[in-house]
Amino acid sequence: MEEIPEGHMQLNHAETAPMLRASRFRRLRDQKQLMWMSLPILAYVFLFSYYPIWGWTMAFQNYSPAKSFGEQAWVGFDQFKFLFGDDTFLLVLRNTIAMSVINMVLGFVTAIAFAVLLNEVKTRWFKRTIQTISYLPHFLSWIIVTGIVATTLSVDGGIVNVLLMKLGFIQEPIMWLSKPHYFWGIVGASHVWKEIGWNAIIYLAAITSIDPSLYEAAEIDGANRYRKMLHVTLPGIRPIIIILLIMNLGWILDAGFEVQYLLGNGVVVDWSQTIDIFVLKYGLQIGNYSLATAAGIFKTVVSIVLLFSANMLAKRFGENRLI
Amino acid sequence: MRTRSPRLEPAAFHSFNAIVMILLAIVTLYPFLNTLAISFNAGNDTIRGGIYLWPRVWTSQNYKAVFAGGAIYHAFWISVARTVIAVVLNLFLTSILAYAVSRKEYVFAKPITIIVVLTMYFNAGLIPSYFLIKDLHLLNHFLVYIIPGLISAFNMIVIRTYIQTLPEGLIESAKMDGAGDFRTFISIVLPLCQPVLATVALFVAVGQWNAWFDTFLYASSKQNLSTLQYELMKLLSSSMFSNSSASVANGADKGAVHNMVTPMSIRASITIVASLPILVVYPFLQKYFVQGLQIGGVKE
Repeated sequence: MEEIPEGHMQLNHAETAPMLRASRFRRLRDQKQLMWMSLPILAYVFLFSYYPIWGWTMAFQNYSPAKSFGEQAWVGFDQFKFLFGDDTFLLVLRNTIAMSVINMVLGFVTAIAFAVLLNEVKTRWFKRTIQTISYLPHFLSWIIVTGIVATTLSVDGGIVNVLLMKLGFIQEPIMWLSKPHYFWGIVGASHVWKEIGWNAIIYLAAITSIDPSLYEAAEIDGANRYRKMLHVTLPGIRPIIIILLIMNLGWILDAGFEVQYLLGNGVVVDWSQTIDIFVLKYGLQIGNYSLATAAGIFKTVVSIVLLFSANMLAKRFGENRLI
Repeated sequence: MRTRSPRLEPAAFHSFNAIVMILLAIVTLYPFLNTLAISFNAGNDTIRGGIYLWPRVWTSQNYKAVFAGGAIYHAFWISVARTVIAVVLNLFLTSILAYAVSRKEYVFAKPITIIVVLTMYFNAGLIPSYFLIKDLHLLNHFLVYIIPGLISAFNMIVIRTYIQTLPEGLIESAKMDGAGDFRTFISIVLPLCQPVLATVALFVAVGQWNAWFDTFLYASSKQNLSTLQYELMKLLSSSMFSNSSASVANGADKGAVHNMVTPMSIRASITIVASLPILVVYPFLQKYFVQGLQIGGVKE
């Protein structure tokens, strides 16, 4: 997100306009230290973030590590054609989109609901305590979280099965993690558990910046608590919700990697694999670098296109631009 | 919903809301407290089930096994080392870059900002990155934990935005006194940036401490580069579907412990060891990271 403060450009022009061309060089010389402070780091960024894009050429070859660049066989878009005719890839694409939509919807709804409800808590220490507790899982790694999920859902003594059995909903423990149809839901629930408090931060901040006189006016009009939530709080945070929603569209092919990789197993593989896992498997385990790179490029290009469209959409909605 | 409920009594609403919040807190905390209880319970007893919030057969064997000097203990120190080194380097380099691009008069400020910020939205992907690491001879080398993640665009924006809120006069007057940009950065700007640096330090530290994928990808064939998270991951995948397996966890087979230590119980104690440092620190930094997130705005 580019966000040079307004007025900055004008200021620069105002400064430079009267200067003579020769003084440009003096200015550059004066900024020698700034250059030493930034250009080496820029070179580093180029090496690690931009230079590897050269590797995208692999997707248009039948890449073989043993050959030099000149000797590689070029195949055009064959890898991409193969990809979209491949049942596994289409399955993986479906899983990725499904899980990311589920995560997004659940994530938004729960975080907004949590923020709105927490905002209604008037006892300060209670509010602070709840909020602090709610951040906790965000700081745990997915390794730890998936370990916790596995323990919680386990058939011998996992709390979910114990509770469901005590309440009489089920007769015997369910093997949650071995049921393909539960996998997407479990991933969604894990995300909610981990990030609900963290995601709510931004909404809570937006709620506190709502003009209090709006609430007073609503009260005078006889609005009760629910009406105020519905007609003041929610509209008050609508801009931020829209920006975040639009921006999240750019990550639609990013359903995550870790949680699916760690919780997935042979039984649920048709429902658990995402594009990232596909890339890892084909690329580094099977050694089909070209196909894996093609899949990676597909993901990146779709993300960038979506991001720029979202950016334009945001502009048309009159919201702040994202980039 | 409109047909019923003209208006619930405020008191009723408040109790309802409080109950929802408390339930949420329980759901958040329970798995963690349960793990804590299991980590202090004898492994062979845990298998019988029924451990919830309190250990039944107290033992500290699980922790002794972790710190017994075996593979897991070594991995703990690798995790500490990578976290500390990365935080120091990352803070220094990210803030020095943030300072440079925060200078309005700097001719390259805008192009550099754009080039760095764009990296937030795309990456070359797994395979090209892997080949880069390989070409740089970083495979199976400790530096693979440090070098690839030295600059984070998000953190740079957060620090830059913070620097821009500092009074311009301070920087100007340092320059008047003949200090160059580097001197100004070190002696004026850096000390004033403590709150934002605390936030970024937390973000970087959490990222480093929790990382396992780089170990898996770049250093999995070298046991002495294994990290705590990676050891945990190996235990997780070996015991996910059989909590009751009674084999002794690796690095823990020190004669006397026998069945006291099972993969499940040692996993619990590593989980506690792996999460405690961050859980102890984050509540104190809460004020800062909430601010940091707001500065970064919707830019994550």
